[in-house]
Amino acid sequence: MRSFFSAGIVERGLKVLVLNAVIAIAITLFDNHSLGLNLVYSQCIGLSIWAYVESANHFWVANWQAHVHRLLVIVPVSVVLGYVTGHLLTDLFLGTTSFQYWRQTPRMAWGMLFVSLIAGGTICWVFVSREQLATERQNLEAARRLASEAQLKLLEAQLEPHMLFNTLANLRVLIALDPQRAQTMLDHLIAYLRATLAASRAPSDRSGHTLADEFARLHDYLELMAIRMGPRLHFHLDLPDALRTQPVPPLLLQPLVENSIQHGLEPKVVGGSIRVAASAAAGVLTLQVQDTGLGADVATLGERAADSARHGFGLQQVRERLATAFGPRGALVLEAAAQGGMNARITLPLHP
Amino acid sequence: MSPRPTALIAEDEPLLAQALQAELAQAWPALEVLRTVGDGASAVRCALELAPDVLFFDIRMPGLSGLEAALELADQWPPAHAPQQGFPALVFVTAYDQYAVQAFEAQAMDYLLKPVQTARLQKTVAKLQGALAQTLAPMPTPPRAHPARSGHAPSVPVGQGPTTDLVLESTLQQLRGLLEAHTDGFPRHAQAVAAVPRLQVLQVSAGPHIRVVPIDEVLYFEAADKYVRVLTAHHEHLLRTALKDLLPALDPEVFWQVHRGTVVRATAIDTVSRDEGGRLSLCLRGRPDRLAVSRLYAPRFKAM
Repeated sequence: MRSFFSAGIVERGLKVLVLNAVIAIAITLFDNHSLGLNLVYSQCIGLSIWAYVESANHFWVANWQAHVHRLLVIVPVSVVLGYVTGHLLTDLFLGTTSFQYWRQTPRMAWGMLFVSLIAGGTICWVFVSREQLATERQNLEAARRLASEAQLKLLEAQLEPHMLFNTLANLRVLIALDPQRAQTMLDHLIAYLRATLAASRAPSDRSGHTLADEFARLHDYLELMAIRMGPRLHFHLDLPDALRTQPVPPLLLQPLVENSIQHGLEPKVVGGSIRVAASAAAGVLTLQVQDTGLGADVATLGERAADSARHGFGLQQVRERLATAFGPRGALVLEAAAQGGMNARITLPLHP
Repeated sequence: MSPRPTALIAEDEPLLAQALQAELAQAWPALEVLRTVGDGASAVRCALELAPDVLFFDIRMPGLSGLEAALELADQWPPAHAPQQGFPALVFVTAYDQYAVQAFEAQAMDYLLKPVQTARLQKTVAKLQGALAQTLAPMPTPPRAHPARSGHAPSVPVGQGPTTDLVLESTLQQLRGLLEAHTDGFPRHAQAVAAVPRLQVLQVSAGPHIRVVPIDEVLYFEAADKYVRVLTAHHEHLLRTALKDLLPALDPEVFWQVHRGTVVRATAIDTVSRDEGGRLSLCLRGRPDRLAVSRLYAPRFKAM
């Protein structure tokens, strides 16, 4: 965190000045030198140490949270250097001959160096831990903000107004034309909305959501799309009975299926089909979304993702959720399908 | 002209197409819906074939969008079999697009929101009926420059076209406005210019090598599916980029967009000529190709 070394520098300097004065007064109480002399020594040594620490930090600590152990070297070296420099400065200002002390009263000189080390170390430790606290607080706040932004974006992506209003328009037609089908469509819409809203409220809550639930939500969405797209859309959901109770993060597959529809099949004049399948082998659960849509150049998908925010957000969100829930054991792979179209494959550990 | 007014519906969702037709039957019994199509390219083809009086174009359609289809149709109008046929009245239909709706309002473009509300449809129908009555009223034919009289003149002044299809002109004006206001999936050349650094060279793949082509050598770019053909005086290269992604990196003063899929170096243009239907085309210096100019960009060329 660069700001630690730039913005706070003046503030820390002022605090060092005050502390130096306190140390000078304390020493005067146990010492037979005048307060003035001690004050000059104290300020020269203290400010020198401060200057060394700050400049060492400036040049060697790019990211102070990662390099915090370097302070263990920087502080003692700076204190010794600052101690010597402070004496030289005092000699320069007052014409004293400080280094005679080392010969006359070495014990006293070592004592002073020790005091400087303790004071310098303590002050640095206080500054660093205060800074650490502030950074942690900032990080926590940033994380909270990111989480709520992600939640909002998820809701926006899944309750896309264009999808919603087209669905409602279809529903309006069906009410007059085929009330029975209208009712079925409305049921699918209700289930879809309920699942989407619940997932966007608690995106990380994965308790009790099974693959059977996930496939039921996909079925709702695909039924809605099948009514809208008519003969242009065919879909197959393939979930083996043995895998029905496997737990999965809610709406994990939803963004992949929506991508297939929105970017693969809806823009394709003749339409096509989408297949969602689950399979298990050797402790790994594999979930596949395959479509025969327009497809995309997998190599340029990253660039395209930047181009179309919603598309990119869906994939990024799936990857993030897999990483949070399963670490390196969860993965999402996208491939261009041989017959044109996309093939998205999620792998995650099978629940025993 | 058939005695009954005619219409073409382009809507990719079958139930919605059916519904619009049913609503129209209520609101405008005299209107004959000639056909319903499900994608932009079919819409252009059928509109040219049937020459209807009214077009209902959905905005989001597979293949060409409603707007792209309208532009394409304007470029190919009038149909060869009906050279006197005026451009149809155009109504856009959209489910939800705040920006599109704002743009439609700004251009006074007719539009319907899905689900189509009966009252709103009646208003649109009344407006269309009024417009049709005006077009059908006898209009004095504007004097046309006779080729025999101006036979020795160097060229037809391209600024004032021989056709004066007022509906076509005003529709084009509206479409230009819509494109400037931007909506999803349409070129946004002018807006993006400031943000992207201008390209000096193009890197094109040539077998195992990458060939570096200075932008100064390029005469024109032509969209080819997902790629762009790059044409210099002696060579042709293929760029693995979509034209719309390339556009922001080109200097709009140097390279002029003359068609949805064509961007040409202005200084390479030799002559601009106009055919009988009022369509413009370009001849280049240094290449034999003849390039079509979209009506959208035609105002760019006028004799001084």
